[in-house]
Amino acid sequence: MAIASDPPKGGFQLSQLIYDTRYRSMTIQVATLIGVLALVFWLGANVTENLAELGKPIDFGFLGEPAGYDINQRLIEYDNQDIHARAAFVGLLNTLLVAFLGCILATVVGVLVGVLRLSHNWIVAKIMTVYVECFRNVPVLLWIVLAMAIMIEALPQPRDFRGDDPAASMLFDAFAFTNRGVYIPEPLFSRSLGDFSFFGIFDISIDLIAILAVLAAGIFTAKKIGAQADQIQNQTGIRPKTWPKTAGVILVPLLAILAILGFHLGYPALKGFNFDGGTHLRNSLIALWLALSFYTAAFIAEIVRGGIMAISKGQSEAAAALGLRPNRIMRLVVLPQALRIIIPPLISQYLNLTKNSSLAIAVGYMDLTGTLMGITLNQSGRELECVMLTMLIYLAISLCISGAFNIYNQRVKLKER
Amino acid sequence: MEVKPYVRTAMLDGKPAPVTSSGPAGWLKKNLFDGPWNTAATLVALVVVFLLLSHLLPWVFQSVWNAENLAECREIIDATWGPEHSGACWAVIHDRYLQLIYGFYPWDFLWRPNLTFAMMLVAIAPVLFTQLPRKMLIFSCLFPFIGAWLLWGGSIWQPVMVLAGFGIGAAAFRYLAKVNRILSIAAAIVLPVIWWVFVMETVVHGLHAVIPLGLEPVQSNQFGGFMVSIIIGLTAITCSLPLGIMLALGRQTELFIVRTFSVGFIEFIRGVPLITLLFVASTLLNYFMPPGTNFDLIVRVIIMATLFSSAYIAEVVRGGLAALPKGQYEAADSLGLDYWQAQQLIIMPQALKIAIPGIVSTFIGLFKDTTLVSIIGILDPIGLSNAIRADSAWNGIYWELFAFIGFVFFIFCFSMSRYSMYLERKLNTGHR
Repeated sequence: MAIASDPPKGGFQLSQLIYDTRYRSMTIQVATLIGVLALVFWLGANVTENLAELGKPIDFGFLGEPAGYDINQRLIEYDNQDIHARAAFVGLLNTLLVAFLGCILATVVGVLVGVLRLSHNWIVAKIMTVYVECFRNVPVLLWIVLAMAIMIEALPQPRDFRGDDPAASMLFDAFAFTNRGVYIPEPLFSRSLGDFSFFGIFDISIDLIAILAVLAAGIFTAKKIGAQADQIQNQTGIRPKTWPKTAGVILVPLLAILAILGFHLGYPALKGFNFDGGTHLRNSLIALWLALSFYTAAFIAEIVRGGIMAISKGQSEAAAALGLRPNRIMRLVVLPQALRIIIPPLISQYLNLTKNSSLAIAVGYMDLTGTLMGITLNQSGRELECVMLTMLIYLAISLCISGAFNIYNQRVKLKER
Repeated sequence: MEVKPYVRTAMLDGKPAPVTSSGPAGWLKKNLFDGPWNTAATLVALVVVFLLLSHLLPWVFQSVWNAENLAECREIIDATWGPEHSGACWAVIHDRYLQLIYGFYPWDFLWRPNLTFAMMLVAIAPVLFTQLPRKMLIFSCLFPFIGAWLLWGGSIWQPVMVLAGFGIGAAAFRYLAKVNRILSIAAAIVLPVIWWVFVMETVVHGLHAVIPLGLEPVQSNQFGGFMVSIIIGLTAITCSLPLGIMLALGRQTELFIVRTFSVGFIEFIRGVPLITLLFVASTLLNYFMPPGTNFDLIVRVIIMATLFSSAYIAEVVRGGLAALPKGQYEAADSLGLDYWQAQQLIIMPQALKIAIPGIVSTFIGLFKDTTLVSIIGILDPIGLSNAIRADSAWNGIYWELFAFIGFVFFIFCFSMSRYSMYLERKLNTGHR
């Protein structure tokens, strides 16, 4: 190295900036920086000029104005006199809701299908292959509009539930599947503690906080009991029975707090032309949720299958030679190793699902795209602000999800030397 | 007492395997009825398949292909198979298939997209199958210009002069290289840009006035159907490959500023949904251009789709680069190759080979995602299905349209994924 690059004689020459490897990287970087900055300035100048011409300089004040539109599916209180910012927040919560539900269902279905595709049963494996290929090779938007069409066209109308001999009936007298949406029982508290308000933007039920706190405390204690049992097992070789204690510390306080709060279920009931009471899940939510879940599940199934197949056969044979039963081989030997391979692509599927949830706009589910980038944009005419804000929020969600899972990934990663 | 030892002197013939473990019966036992759980699973699966097919097959096959509208369709079905039967009304496909394929492209000019499509197959063939003569790649390079001219029409001088820009760049590079290499690279970039932005339009007008050769122009809003999906998908993926490779190299480089920009761009694009980028294309892109610029919606969508898929391609290529053994980089260095030579001769051929399945699946993803343009008002197949339903003749028809669109997408995507598997097998040189 030292011999190859002898220092040039004489002073610094301009051509060294390009021909001398010591300076060239600097030159390239500075040139890139200048190029990108010039591009940004050019775009920025164009934007300011265009906006000035239209007479609407960048201003986020519209977020504080009344929104004036209704959102039918919402997690928090909202009416059309609330401000645009709150509407966007309702939309954001809706996005997170469908993404959360979707990730759970997609994981369950995907793992099931992925494992069944490896089944020794020929016909089961083939059916799963057909499922995976069908869902993977057709656009998700088509699945979403198809699911919506099924919800609207194939399910009975609320009036079919009426009369002595109705054409449709409720499941367990608690669930009603109609073409206006699905009605499920809602949790109610007769001795509610009320709501806690964060700066008037976001109300959270104190009941919910109390229940979650009790549950968390219960799980924490159960973990302590488990650790104690581990210790005893290490010392004596005999594991004490823990499940009655564990169940006790989790369930008893939970039931107690539910009783204190006066928990009961509110059932939907047919009143007039429609159902009343219960929680009303709109068609759009259900359609989006099912379509996204089953579409993503096809990809997850392939990931799971690949992960399991990547574990060499010797691993399961060795476990079998040790006398483990098949389900224990899966649980103790194959899955822990397969998970390391499965988790990273699984995270990217979760991210895809979250991003695809923006297709809600096609079925009229009011998520972030439907509120902030949909009606708010149309009403305020602030395209630049709305689209940029929406992009930033999605970016933040994506970064949070991938960040959280990366931390998990670091923890399960093989500790090598 | 004499002991007569029993020694067999001739080998016995092998017995055939029992019927229960060979032949069809053995196969059935092993694959379908191996133990109670397996038998139960088989029976459940058979019931599911029977239920599905017994509903689906009559719907698909006891159907109507010739009718003017939905009501007539229903009448024919009732008359033929009885009022209880629900059959598909494929007549809508029969009636509107041209629209589903070409959108509202003028009927008289359908030969233009057809010819473009045929030429596209010829242009892609040498890229996909390496057995074909390499000379065909010249046509592949010219195809984008011919195809765009055929589809959009207009003066023939437009694509010729755009091509001339590349010629100018190549000429500048070749002749100035003798003077100074850096100068020649700069000239090869700057001169064509000057040509395209400032000079070309006048030349095109002049030439067109002298020799008016051209096709009837077709506006972008007349494009639609699967044609638009293929145009957007194919153009975006072709343009995004070089961009994605540059971004992947940028992400791998040691130059801090270049790396930061690359990572920022890739992570930003991958963090936002495609639909927001399409909204940028439909509402914002004109804000970013100098006042008065107004270019075509399909071109704007292609730009955003290119940026979108380039970020994904970059990640796929980065995977290929990372999978390459470090020895390859070091070997290239030890041969005295500079950065670009090493990339071109050693690194990229191998890294791209590893990345091919990922590139194909990115393309499949992008092709499926072209349906999103229906949300910003381009009449792709899904957008057209809404338009067809809005017609009073076909009001209320859902399943047939969805089934047809899904079927076509399935054919495209499935064959692409099979091609990628074929390529994977072919390129697998047992190196890993």
